[in-house]
Amino acid sequence: MPRQHGAGFNMFRFLLGRLAVLIPTFVGVSIIAFSFIRLLPGDPVALLSGERVMSPERHAEISHALGFDRPIVVQYLDYLWGVLHGDFGTSIVTKKPVIDQFFELFPATVELSLCAILFAIILGIPAGVIAAIKRGSAIDQAMMGTALVGFSMPIFWWGLLLIMLVSGMLQWTPVSGRISLMYFFPPVTGFMLIDSLLSGQAGAFKSAVSHLILPTIVLGTIPLAVIARQTRSAMLEVLSEDYVRTARAKGLSTFRVVGVHALRNALIPVVTTIGLQVGVMLAGAILTETIFSWPGIGKWMVDSVSRRDYAVIQGGLLVIAAVIMVVNLIVDLLYGLINPRIRH
Amino acid sequence: MSQAAATSAVSTDPSRRARLAEFWYYFSENRGAVIGLVFFLLLVLLAVFAPWIAPHDPVAQYRDAVLVPPVWQEGGRAAYLLGTDAVGRDMLSRLIYGTRFSLFVGVIVTTLSLVGGIALGVIAGYFRGWVDTVIMRVMDIILAFPSLLLALVLVAVLGPGLVNAMIAIALVFQPHFVRLTRAAVMSEKTRDYVVAAKVAGAGHGRLMFKTILPNCMAPLIVQATLSFSSAILDAAALGFLGMGAQPPTPEWGTMLAEAREFISSHWWVVTLPGIAILITVLAINLMGDGLRDALDPKLKRS
Repeated sequence: MPRQHGAGFNMFRFLLGRLAVLIPTFVGVSIIAFSFIRLLPGDPVALLSGERVMSPERHAEISHALGFDRPIVVQYLDYLWGVLHGDFGTSIVTKKPVIDQFFELFPATVELSLCAILFAIILGIPAGVIAAIKRGSAIDQAMMGTALVGFSMPIFWWGLLLIMLVSGMLQWTPVSGRISLMYFFPPVTGFMLIDSLLSGQAGAFKSAVSHLILPTIVLGTIPLAVIARQTRSAMLEVLSEDYVRTARAKGLSTFRVVGVHALRNALIPVVTTIGLQVGVMLAGAILTETIFSWPGIGKWMVDSVSRRDYAVIQGGLLVIAAVIMVVNLIVDLLYGLINPRIRH
Repeated sequence: MSQAAATSAVSTDPSRRARLAEFWYYFSENRGAVIGLVFFLLLVLLAVFAPWIAPHDPVAQYRDAVLVPPVWQEGGRAAYLLGTDAVGRDMLSRLIYGTRFSLFVGVIVTTLSLVGGIALGVIAGYFRGWVDTVIMRVMDIILAFPSLLLALVLVAVLGPGLVNAMIAIALVFQPHFVRLTRAAVMSEKTRDYVVAAKVAGAGHGRLMFKTILPNCMAPLIVQATLSFSSAILDAAALGFLGMGAQPPTPEWGTMLAEAREFISSHWWVVTLPGIAILITVLAINLMGDGLRDALDPKLKRS
């Protein structure tokens, strides 16, 4: 197995190369998060104390207690040390550690994002394939026209519109939240779909699903449009390749040519596109969660900005960036696995 | 014929006119792109002549006409074609004036991120070495954040408002231009015409911006249209979150934020600003697709 050994070795080097870029990036991200609270007008101690007026002695005392009287570099290193040990600060409003709040809310965002990306993949890839096969036809034009509309959609308005039509006029789905208030059970996994099933309460799962439908559509719309467009153009490129023509000439059925020979290769760029949607999803979650009062990290950040809870903004910014970097690394590794060409 | 025309256009550098004609030939092949262009020009006209076209002052509050429905609905009045909002302002006039803000945001953000991105990208791609490393690491750091989140936090630091929202969005969009420019410059740098210019004694500045840059423009123009429409969407999103343009500015996202509570009762205050955003962004994206087809030689004949 010498060949496999070689591939494994390259994979390791690939990972090392990625880490060599990631670590400085993380340090940079932490510097931005750290300096954020110092960029704000006014001094941080007064900011932390809120509305109360402080005597100069008390100010100096707090300043000393929080370490603001030390050199800035020492303060930063201290902050970084804390971060590396899981201390991302404490919320000014709730007094809870930022990292605890993050892990409390993160599953809600993950659940929503996973549903949205699945929605986008399940509809987007077939749509792109069909459009490519029927290129230039009315179906192709209608699908790509719809995709461009989806791509241009202001999703916060799209959410309001769906609430107005589906929840308001048709009364099919609830307007906000993750589950009806009738149901209560302790979170086990943090994923409402799974927890509601585990709770064994009749109707809980149905309630969770009905709460999830509109946010999924809203958050999945732009990824759906992007995936459909990308799949179509990747398919078109592959369909004109020699090996596809050879497969056709061999007399294989269209289904086999498209499904086995073309799609497998066309999917490689599509997988990259899907990976790139992670950041897009988190940005979209900010708007989607706000509209549907979905208790995830997007709404958490928006609320913190309007409550001026700077500790949460600072900590949340860093945790979210770290999550995105890790997810992107995983996507890169998976990409290396399915596309051997980039390993070399 | 297209192949021959394209080759001669590059190698013999004929008049600008011929190249424009070629560009228009490909652009006009795409029906959607032409429709997008027509719509976009209409929007520009609306924005420029807003004071003459709009029937009312966009911030004037008509207390006797609060939440009047559009004219075709029962209770609608001819004076307010698209109805009025919660404090009696004319929707049509606000939407027309809103065109100004959105196009302004698009132009300013795209210009800022394009100019900054080109400068940094050319420098990084031309000099390479540590300059390149530093610039690209900084861009990686910006890209590590979800763009809207970073823009939101930046605006929270700078203070809510349309100008700060534009600065934040431009900053967040910049890395895409830097990356594209750098890649294009790196692939052009070793071409014969650059070496020739260098041998002829051209300095760094001339080589970077006069010799190399004009040949890197195609992907940048496509990216610019894309960021034009994204800037409009993001500025509207920030307005919707209360961090962009502030009331009573007739900015479409801000209008939507104010209209949220009327979602179940007065459809027009919620629906119309969104349609305005969608049409504008769609028109620009249609144009963008046409530009990509016309400028990207790889896709020209597909």
